[in-house]
Amino acid sequence: MSVDKKTVAKIADLARIAVTEDELDPLAAELNNILDWIAQLSEVNTDGVAPMTRVVEVALPWRADKVTDGGYRDEILANAPSAEHGFFTVPKVIE
Amino acid sequence: MTDLTKLTLAEARDGLAKGDFTSLELTEQYLTVMENGREMNSYIVETTDTALEMAGKADGMIRDGRATGMTGIPIAVKDLFCTKDIHSCASSHILDGFKPKYESTVTANLWQDGAVMLGKTNMDEFAMGSSNETSYYGPVKNPWRATKEDGRLDEGDYVPGGSSGGSAAAVAGDLALAATGSDTGGSIRQPAAFTGLVGMKPTYGRCSRWGMIAFASSLDQAGPITKTVRDAAIMMESMASYDGKDSTSVDRNVPNYEHALTGDIRGMKIGIPKEYRMDGMPKEIEKLWQRGIDWMKAAGAEIIDISLPHTKYALPTYYIVAPAEASSNLARYDGVKYGLRVEGDGLSGMYKNTRAAGFGAEVKRRILIGTYVLSAGYYDAYYLKAQKIRTLIAQDFSKAYEKVDVILTPTAPSPAFAMGGKSDDPIAMYLNDVFTVPASLAGLPAISIPAGLSSDKLPLGLQLIGRAFDEETMLRAAHVLEHAAGFAAKPKIWWGEK
Repeated sequence: MSVDKKTVAKIADLARIAVTEDELDPLAAELNNILDWIAQLSEVNTDGVAPMTRVVEVALPWRADKVTDGGYRDEILANAPSAEHGFFTVPKVIE
Repeated sequence: MTDLTKLTLAEARDGLAKGDFTSLELTEQYLTVMENGREMNSYIVETTDTALEMAGKADGMIRDGRATGMTGIPIAVKDLFCTKDIHSCASSHILDGFKPKYESTVTANLWQDGAVMLGKTNMDEFAMGSSNETSYYGPVKNPWRATKEDGRLDEGDYVPGGSSGGSAAAVAGDLALAATGSDTGGSIRQPAAFTGLVGMKPTYGRCSRWGMIAFASSLDQAGPITKTVRDAAIMMESMASYDGKDSTSVDRNVPNYEHALTGDIRGMKIGIPKEYRMDGMPKEIEKLWQRGIDWMKAAGAEIIDISLPHTKYALPTYYIVAPAEASSNLARYDGVKYGLRVEGDGLSGMYKNTRAAGFGAEVKRRILIGTYVLSAGYYDAYYLKAQKIRTLIAQDFSKAYEKVDVILTPTAPSPAFAMGGKSDDPIAMYLNDVFTVPASLAGLPAISIPAGLSSDKLPLGLQLIGRAFDEETMLRAAHVLEHAAGFAAKPKIWWGEK
């Protein structure tokens, strides 16, 4: 499986990273280089093997469904590039 | 006053306890040498005032008889750990100016025990790299340089390894007594090997990941970078804890790791995996490995040949799993909540421009790979396949641990290399982690021990991999290996006023 310019543009759009037209070819080459190398995994027989879903054998902890944290809006907003009236502000999305 | 920056952590602890010197005196000496060592670029931020304040408090704890192993010990903190109101940017442009309003659990544990923060250390951007060359703040220089055939020190710079390169360089250059690191595929162990230090990654779940800037959540683990195995044991005990804020942290008693260092490994079974003897492995690495085997045998351990058949697939598996998780984790950097914002055409344009300007080339490469392998139509072929192979890799280890107690391998396939040497070939760079990645994928504890010098007098490390949550047996073996190797070399100082 290899990626072309069009696919790179699509992935970059999904990842929300602006990519210029002249970056597409070099990126496609770089990604193909890595994907070709990864392709060796297809030679491994994984029939009947369960995918790993947890790294160590432990049950996830349970806790009471109670609010234990919160109430510091201003601290959350303290690092925002732009905030007003207690909200994050973003460019207008509704016409 | 004597030079206190040459002490080990254990020696400093004992000196502080006896009242030979105060934490303030120790800390002040470090702050002076840090200034002299700035051209190494190991620190991004020096937290001078905080350090002095913490040292004063630590001296109070010692006076009051409340000291722990870490009280008064000046350490460096990898920029990946969130530290309250102090620069925490994972060496990325996209987190410009970020000063968290909270403290990571690991650093909170250390401060609770009285450790002193000297500053935040440089790293590969978002911990993605093996040479510390991808940092927005510029590369870190290894305090070690190769010695040329005529006996002179190379004038060019060497990489300290990565991603915890700043932490490793700071400790190796005596600019910190110890440092925190984080290890996703080798980011503690490989830089420790490149700088003649001990680097330990505990079992996945031993340390809370809360407040650590995430790279690949199923792999990231915090650990210490120190001068000795004893120092690692002391610092590990402080860093480890169960934390309700990280659902993958494990609720198990944290033992006194220092007590595990008995010096006795008679009868211990040490596995030597044949698959780690790779084609094209440099002769000096192979010789070092054999020496390690001989040392363990001489100490009374039983050497057992084992097979980890899926070893060669670990690295490509890692380069699916880690970028996939990274692409998801790094989606949070959108120019809204923190860090950089670059305006664009509407909201989507702002996201795209912010991320284009804020991420470096290697980070973008991994986000794109991760996005691709998770995208519709490719998920099964890549991500699911990789997670299945990950199961096989973990099973290889489980089978091996039916026969052995620890596994001995080299840490890295080469010593530190010249800066710029591999930066335009991603796969050559990825191969640095060929021996460290398998244990990461299986969540196992592993440690790198300085074991010798290369032909051009650069440090080389050996790795021990332990059973899950059996850091103690691994540390006991590491302590014996360390003493047998007797690594005492120090880098020749080329920086500052010398």
